[in-house]
Amino acid sequence: MRLIAFAAALFASCAASAQDVGKEIQRYRPMVAAGSPAELFELPGEELWKKPQGPKNVSLERCDLGEGPGVLKGAYAHLPRYFKDADRVMDLESRLLYCMSTLQGRSRDEATARVFGSAERPSEFELLSIYIAGESRGVRIEPGMSQPKEKATYELGRALYFHRVGAWDFSCASCHGDEGKRIRMQELPVLYKPQYARPVIASWPAYRVSTSQVITLQWRMNDCYRQMRTPEPTFGSETTVALIHFLTVTARGEPYHGPGNKR
Amino acid sequence: MAAGPMKMRASLGAGFTDVRVLMTHPMETGLRKDADGKIVPQHFIQNLTVKMNGKTVIDAQISQAVSRNPVFSFRLKGGAKGDKIEVSWLDNHGESAAIEAAVA
Repeated sequence: MRLIAFAAALFASCAASAQDVGKEIQRYRPMVAAGSPAELFELPGEELWKKPQGPKNVSLERCDLGEGPGVLKGAYAHLPRYFKDADRVMDLESRLLYCMSTLQGRSRDEATARVFGSAERPSEFELLSIYIAGESRGVRIEPGMSQPKEKATYELGRALYFHRVGAWDFSCASCHGDEGKRIRMQELPVLYKPQYARPVIASWPAYRVSTSQVITLQWRMNDCYRQMRTPEPTFGSETTVALIHFLTVTARGEPYHGPGNKR
Repeated sequence: MAAGPMKMRASLGAGFTDVRVLMTHPMETGLRKDADGKIVPQHFIQNLTVKMNGKTVIDAQISQAVSRNPVFSFRLKGGAKGDKIEVSWLDNHGESAAIEAAVA
């Protein structure tokens, strides 16, 4: 009996300290949110956007991100969306890849040879994402949801979120499905619920403090599938775009306030 | 990224000025090894100076314990719109960088 009481007391104290840790993390977040080193990457991102490249030796400045060729203001906040010229729904990174191939004449293999970079040398997609997303600060997140293909992509993303796959039989919802869960210190937001998806989506792409790296949503999808032990998803594939679209639609209405910080 | 661009914002509060500055710097501790197993030499910011209208208000000595691409914020007493804030750093290789902005 005494042992049970002791165990109960121990359990209570563990629960209390977990709660304190949660509170401390909440206190830490606004402190680091005030200034993100992501901003340092906006300038090299802009230079890359304007740099002539590829067999056609042209820049990406005429790339249509949905608001018209070369229009960046608010473009990120309205992605992913349906593009008639490509006849598919695209997120920022798959759209950039499309522009690299159509405008600059680059091959898919060459353009995607290094999609995820390092602290010393971020990838093209990372630098461009930070610059372009920064041009949407304060704009409400409103991805495309009127076209039939946009609705189909949303439905596919939603199905994928709950679809269990791989050797470990995991889905996104295995980790991001219940409130109050965490892995070590990391809280796991329930991303199919708007109140959790909104602040998360509004801060991507981001600077990750622990690795000093710029990270994008395509990287996040790739890394989640890696952690789920599935084969590696293709960069900018229908699967990754559908998941990003589903999450972004869930977060719609939130003013975009990134590029942010991640631990 | 190697040592490079800085970004700064200085905003006026009630009787104080908040300065926030971002720096690009590798901040190598000298404890890390590269892909070939060789130690990456120490490379970190040693001195940080904040000036307000030419007068030094903060002179800080920092070490390799500070993260890569550091972010600093300071609250300075007083200040007025248009006051010139300058922030500069000097690292252990003798490299330096500086930025200035007007209080907004």
